[in-house]
Amino acid sequence: MTDTRAQLTAKDFTSNQEPKWCPGCGDFAVLQQLKNAMADLGLKTEEVVVVSGIGCSSRLPYYVATYGVHGIHGRALAMASGLKTARPELSVWVGTGDGDALSIGGNHYIHTVRRNLDLNVILFNNEIYGLTKGQYSPTSKVGLRTVTSPNGVVDHPINTVALTLGAGGTFVARVMDRDGKFMREIFKRAAEHRGTSVVEIYQNCPIFNDGAFDAFSDKDRKADTTLYLEQGNPLVFGNEGQKGIRLDGFTPVIVDLSDTTISKDDLWIHDEKDFIKANILSRFFDDPDTSATFLPRPFGIFYVEDRITYEDALTAQIEKTQENGEGTLEELLRGTSTWTIN
Amino acid sequence: MRETSTLNKEEMVTAKTSVSVLFAGDSGDGMQLTGTQFANTVAVYGSDLNTFPNFPSEIRPPAGTVAGVSGFQLQFGTSSVYTPGAKFDVMIAMNAAALKANLKNLHYGGIIITDTDGFDAKNLKLSGYGEENNPLLDGTLKDYTVFQIPVVSLTRKALAETGLSTKNIDRCKNMFVLGVLYWLYSLPLETTVETLKTKFAKKLDLAEANIKAVTAGYNFGDETEMFSQHGRFTVAPADKKPGVYRRVTGNEASAVGLAAAAKKAGLELFLGSYPITPASEILQTLAGLKKWGVKTFQAEDEIAGVLTSIGAAYGGALAATNTSGPGLALKSEGLGLAVILEIPLVIINVMRGGPSTGLPTKPEQSDLLMAMYGRHGDAPMPVIAAKSPVDCFYAAYEAAKIAVEYMTPVLCLTDGYLALSSEPMLVPSPDELASITPVFSPVRNADDPPYLPYKRDDRAVRPWGKPGTPGLEHRIGGLEKQHETGNVSHDPENHALMTRLRAEKVARVADIIPELTIDNGPENGDLLVLGWGSTYGAIKKAVEQVIEGGCSVAHAHLRYINPFPKNLGELMGKYKKVLIPENNCGQLLSMIRDKFLIEPVGFSKVEGLPFNEMEIEAKITDILKEL
Repeated sequence: MTDTRAQLTAKDFTSNQEPKWCPGCGDFAVLQQLKNAMADLGLKTEEVVVVSGIGCSSRLPYYVATYGVHGIHGRALAMASGLKTARPELSVWVGTGDGDALSIGGNHYIHTVRRNLDLNVILFNNEIYGLTKGQYSPTSKVGLRTVTSPNGVVDHPINTVALTLGAGGTFVARVMDRDGKFMREIFKRAAEHRGTSVVEIYQNCPIFNDGAFDAFSDKDRKADTTLYLEQGNPLVFGNEGQKGIRLDGFTPVIVDLSDTTISKDDLWIHDEKDFIKANILSRFFDDPDTSATFLPRPFGIFYVEDRITYEDALTAQIEKTQENGEGTLEELLRGTSTWTIN
Repeated sequence: MRETSTLNKEEMVTAKTSVSVLFAGDSGDGMQLTGTQFANTVAVYGSDLNTFPNFPSEIRPPAGTVAGVSGFQLQFGTSSVYTPGAKFDVMIAMNAAALKANLKNLHYGGIIITDTDGFDAKNLKLSGYGEENNPLLDGTLKDYTVFQIPVVSLTRKALAETGLSTKNIDRCKNMFVLGVLYWLYSLPLETTVETLKTKFAKKLDLAEANIKAVTAGYNFGDETEMFSQHGRFTVAPADKKPGVYRRVTGNEASAVGLAAAAKKAGLELFLGSYPITPASEILQTLAGLKKWGVKTFQAEDEIAGVLTSIGAAYGGALAATNTSGPGLALKSEGLGLAVILEIPLVIINVMRGGPSTGLPTKPEQSDLLMAMYGRHGDAPMPVIAAKSPVDCFYAAYEAAKIAVEYMTPVLCLTDGYLALSSEPMLVPSPDELASITPVFSPVRNADDPPYLPYKRDDRAVRPWGKPGTPGLEHRIGGLEKQHETGNVSHDPENHALMTRLRAEKVARVADIIPELTIDNGPENGDLLVLGWGSTYGAIKKAVEQVIEGGCSVAHAHLRYINPFPKNLGELMGKYKKVLIPENNCGQLLSMIRDKFLIEPVGFSKVEGLPFNEMEIEAKITDILKEL
């Protein structure tokens, strides 16, 4: 039986609940692009489940007209893993924040990533705790003054992309909340990837950490501070694409393309299948405001790897044991060794 | 001469109704295997039996020391056997340390079978007896019947021509002892021989050597003069219900109970779990049941164990998680989520001595109040408890039935004693198992009114809306939900209503559980012994004894702890006193006092050991004196 329903639009993915985020919150943009991507992907509302933990961004499921579960703090990935294992045919998306995924849920994060269940993880990173009103998070920059760090944060921040690659991630990407179209395309790539796809979103919190990512989004600065990764293309940046990145051994070096002795052919060509290069890229993590020799912050897809998913491997094992038929209840009750009393 | 002595021995066969045996030796002596072989033999022979392993928590403790002693206790008999026996009648001591560790629990006048080769200077020293103090020679054992057999030497002699290495030959010594015991209790060798053939199907030389050793042990009994004074024993088969039997430990039974419930309900079983003693065998057993479609998920921690299960339950699976005390504490936030989501979930908690790491390998019943109240907020859930290894099957099965039919998490309590004990289980036919009926909401069309995930039926139970079903798309979570719609609501009156409805739903489980019945004893009288969980066997035996002595005492055993059976208060009122023995400091006692405003007598044992019937019998006798 073919489904005769028309292709759904973003509107069909809009629930009847009014989002309760603060005006100007970056989450609105993410919600919109998520719904756009779901429509583009031709998904049906009944086959999608959005799972979340706790935090501002974890309200996400209530605003998408699919199935949804809003869990407890840090545990979204565990819940999503159980759901996906039980129901591999569902399209499971996880909305989680920097506190939810990387602090209280850090353990689940690394283990989910290494297992490689086919989940789409949208990691809203605003470098702050919003819902609890402004405490610093595990991704906050050193020195950030918050209610729990009045003299400035002393913790070294987590580098999400490097952590994800270290944990064995098979799809790792970063986007900016303001890059709507780009985000939509990355979401689609993430959904199409069979495995755990992590999309880190730099998301502005206008209330407690406004401007945290200005260095990468200000019109005047972003050309020099950001690097957009495109498969098969050289790493170039700057207003007129006049700067490039060349690999000197394992060391990335910024080169000036206006220098006629350097051609684009000498540059690092982005290859999202290259694990070593992805790891080097993940270390482009300097703060443009404090580092004189910073490398531009990469956005886009760092790395993609084809690796069997957890649920596929488990299903294969089950199917193998059932080659000669599924066990019956009677066999189950009898077990392997019985005796009879007459 | 030989014929005469054999004849004499044949004449001297003493019939026994039950015998408790301890196999004790070094961790490497294969005592668990030997005990298991003996258990299988008596089971097939038709005895009732109960077994309990007692091994060190360390994997490879120092050989020859008391810390390294591994034991396997078993009681078999002609009538129903409920415990492995408070004390044993026969002890196999493979070395000096095994004797030293266990002598205090041997009945006065009991039988000791020793391997004298395990009492050399080195073993005596390591055991703590001291090189100069051989208990086999110095009169320590004068009150017991001691059979001293040079097992290692005899085994080497019997297997001399097998061509095996001395190391491999010495590994067969446990089979020699087993053969002696089969002779002593007039039991057949066939079950063990068959098992050895299967076990060593690919190592025929080892199969042959082990069979030779067990046979040599048996023949030794026949030939030696050693037993002529005492002769042999027989224990007639029990009058068991005809049928097909299997032997199960409590943990195996719990696992099979969950898998059977899923099959019966037509659901897929998902177990999210993290290994913890003494609960891990549930995960291990279910991991081996993929042929039945069981999915196990060894999570990164206890929290993920319960949360993956909640995710699977939301997806429409029969979901379960298993743990022991420390893990239950870690899962408690997740259980609160399961309560507010109102999804089916079975939590099997195999209790052990606490708090903290406590006594990981020893049983206790001290998680009852945590099971009842150990969650934030008003978060009631049904709590049931298993009373025997076989009952772990039925308790897990019933927990699944209640969970699915009432859309609630259910806590099923067992303990380390039940988990590792084994007994024969009459295999039920699939038809004998109660039905389990999940009610999934059907597909809805575009012109149907909106789906209401929290619209309750007349039992206050909400529907199960399975993802993938068109028209049921709904969002739920840990935030308080509006009545019927399930939307987020902070309305004060709605929260009060939802709190009441969640409690009412759990309370209504009392409508389907059976009333409490008297297990043994008069319908009214002087004393009711009210037990729960693994104390069943000890209470059962103790009450049988005092009833035989003419006392007005009855035994009732609680399976349903939340909600209680409807008639519990009335039933307790028919006795002058109520005694509650528990392996904790009075947790059920508190609950009973709280709910019924009566003052039962508590009886606590928190030594990491189960009660034995003599302790309970003595307590009953004391109470009766004061009445």
